This record gives sequence, C-alpha cells and structure tokens, in this order.
Amino acid sequence: MQILQILWDRRDFFLTCLLEHIRISFTAVACAGVLGILTGIFISRHKRAAGIVLGIINIIYTIPSISLLGFLIPFTGIGNKTAVIALTVYGLLPIVRNTYTGLVNVDASILEVAEGLGADKRQMLLGIRLPLALPVIISGFRNMVVMIIAMGGIASFIGAGGLGAAIYRGITTYNMTLTAAGSLLIAMFALLSDWLLSKAEKAAGRRYGIE
Amino acid sequence: MNKAIEIRNCSAAYGENKVLDSITLSIEKGEFIVIIGPSGCGKTTLLKMINGLVVPSKGEVAVNGVLLSDSDLVAVRRHIGYAVQGAKLFPHLTVEENICYVPGLEKKMPADERRKLACRMLEMVQLPEDIAGRFPRQLSGGQKQRVGIARAIAAKPDILLMDEPFGAVDEITRKGLQEELLALQQKTGMTIVFITHDIGEAFKLGSRILIMKDGCIWQEGSKGQLLEAPRDEFVKKLLDR
Repeated sequence: MQILQILWDRRDFFLTCLLEHIRISFTAVACAGVLGILTGIFISRHKRAAGIVLGIINIIYTIPSISLLGFLIPFTGIGNKTAVIALTVYGLLPIVRNTYTGLVNVDASILEVAEGLGADKRQMLLGIRLPLALPVIISGFRNMVVMIIAMGGIASFIGAGGLGAAIYRGITTYNMTLTAAGSLLIAMFALLSDWLLSKAEKAAGRRYGIE
Repeated sequence: MNKAIEIRNCSAAYGENKVLDSITLSIEKGEFIVIIGPSGCGKTTLLKMINGLVVPSKGEVAVNGVLLSDSDLVAVRRHIGYAVQGAKLFPHLTVEENICYVPGLEKKMPADERRKLACRMLEMVQLPEDIAGRFPRQLSGGQKQRVGIARAIAAKPDILLMDEPFGAVDEITRKGLQEELLALQQKTGMTIVFITHDIGEAFKLGSRILIMKDGCIWQEGSKGQLLEAPRDEFVKKLLDR
C-alpha cells in the first residue's frame, strides 16, 4: 500500500524516470540487436572466428556490471551515453549466441537444396537461413531485452537517468518504499516487454517453425 | 549438336576418401538416365557434380556444351531442376511459395502470376489447387514429394536431377509418381538423371541404366542389354532383386 501511495504521490517523478528508463533501454536494445545479429551472422560464416568472438563476449559478460560502468567512465564520462554503451555490451551475449546457434543449426540438407536450385548467398541468408533461425533469434532477443531493462536500474549509479534514480535515491535516504517502488516498476516493465516478445516468438514459431 | 551433360574423367574425394574414380559419361538431350548401385557407391556425388554442388577434384563437367568451371554456377543451377529424397521443402514457405521458389529467384513475381504458375504446376503433379496455401508440415509424404517435383520443374528446366525422389513414399503412391514422371518427360522432353536403389523402378523409368560400384560405372545399358549380358555376379545379383 505504501508503495502504491508513493507511486501516486510522486507520479511525475516516476513517470519521468520510467520514460528515461525506456529511452535508455530501447537505445541499448537497438544497438545490441543490430550489432549482435550482424555479429552472429558473421561468425556463422566464419567458424574459426566464432570461438574467439563468443569467448570474448563471454568474458565481458563475467565482468560485474558495476565495475564495467566504472571502467567506462574515463573514456565516455558519466551519464546516459556510458549507460547505453555498458548495457549494449551486456546485451550482446544472448543475441549473438542465439543468432549464431540458430543459423548454424538450420537443416543442412534444406540449405543444399536451396543452393542446388540456384539461390545465391544473399538469397540463402535472407530467404532461408534467417527465417528458419528466427524463433531462436527472437528468444535470444527476449533474453537480451529483459536483461537490459533490469540492468538499466544500475545505470543511475554513474549518473544516468531511469528508474534506477528512484532506487538510488531510496537507498541513500533510507527510504525503502521509494527503492521498492522503483524496483517494482522495473520488474513490471521487464515482464511486460517479455510477455509482448513471447507473443512475437509464438507468431514467428507458427509462421516459420517446423511444428 | 551439344550433349546435355558431359562428364569427362571426373574424380571426387571427401578428404582421404575417394568417392568417384575417373568417371566419363555423356548424356544426350531427352535421355532418361537411371543410376543404381549400393549406398556409398558415389551416385549422389555424381549427381551433385552435374549442378556444381560437388566440384570434381580432377576432370571436367559440361552442361549444354559449357564447362561448369567457366560458368556462373548460380545461373546454371536455375536451369537444372533438383529434387531429393524427402522433398526437403522449405518449411517456412507455403506450397505456392515453394513451387515458385526458382522463378522467384530471377525476379519478384506478381501475386497473380505466382498463383497461376502454382496452379499449373499442381495440376501437372496431380495435386488439388486448394493445397497451394498450406505449409509443408500439413502435407502427406506423397504430397510433399509431388510438391518437391513441382518446385524442381517450375522454372522449366531442360535438365532434371532426382536423388531417390520416391524413396520415402509408399508403394502405391510411388507407382503413380513414376507414371506421372514418365508422362511429364514425354511432354517436356527434359533430360532426366534419376537415382534409385530399386531395380524395378530403374527398369520402368530408365532409357539407359547405369550400374555403379565403388565409385565407377560398372556397367551401363538398356534393360534388355543388362539382362542379356550382365557383366558379373554383382550385376546379376542386383538385377535379380
């Protein structure tokens, strides 16, 4: 009840935070999505690069998020830009891995038929491989989105906006309700995005899946 | 006049493993060649050499008088139909989209033209028009196989390569498909190269039958020639089945 009360009383503040959070997350989602899918496509064609690239991304993933933000400050300063970069880097792992896995697991005999029928490299990728890998790619995308939204809460520790600002302020002023309210909004935002994407995943599965 | 397909002294290997050993074969336009032999004898590799999916380690392949090594493989393949066992339809495309796949690679087809082509092809392989909007997973094995053939011939290829296309369908359906394929060849005058492991099918379809063994063409001839003078016990046993 206290949480609902505070959400209502300071709705302007929370709304600003939420919009800022959406903006930062979506920017990072767009960056990581494009970069991740392109990287995934690239390493599915160059198997030798795949191990190295996935290895590097895995290592980055093990750096605690708070210290990654710290590392970035000397280069990109504090604020939203650094937050977006950090979130993008974190978001890469699920999307690169799933794009790669999805693409290399497309039934080789189907690809061979497409090639035998006269599809060129581009037509194979856009017309056959990507659509068949789509359900796996979307599930990686879902992972990425939820992670970026959740992690977005930490971004305020380096001066970026978003709902993390509410959490951070709550912690520094011993206002547990404020912290809880911010966390609740982040969780709800993440769950809602995940639910919407699960719909997309199902639709893609129906259209492109084998079963 | 150019031969439809000419294979000169071709060898192929997967790593250390030699699959084809100096094969020479020339196929006239309009011939119906059936290749038969035990698994691992190199028949699929030989077939894939004709559309460039396998590049010979030695020797050369010419299609319609032009060396594959001198041509744009993608363009050549669009004039060579290709149908395989299990059809291998594209699961994310409808029957209509599968059938129109090859013509659609050249240029984007308007919807009504695509629709018309699909209907014509479906009629040719004796399927009802109303399955055009279905997905492959909604078809039976025989229907899939027919759609696979329709896809292979939709761009009016002059050569059709078929790798055990009727392997996965039941006996009755197979008989029907064989009849239709013969009628189709008569109508279009296509050159067909057809792989099977069923000697009955080979006798029924082939104007010339190639028996392969250990990467070589062991014996070739018409049904009569083979029955009259089998080269050895191996051929005799194969013909007996």
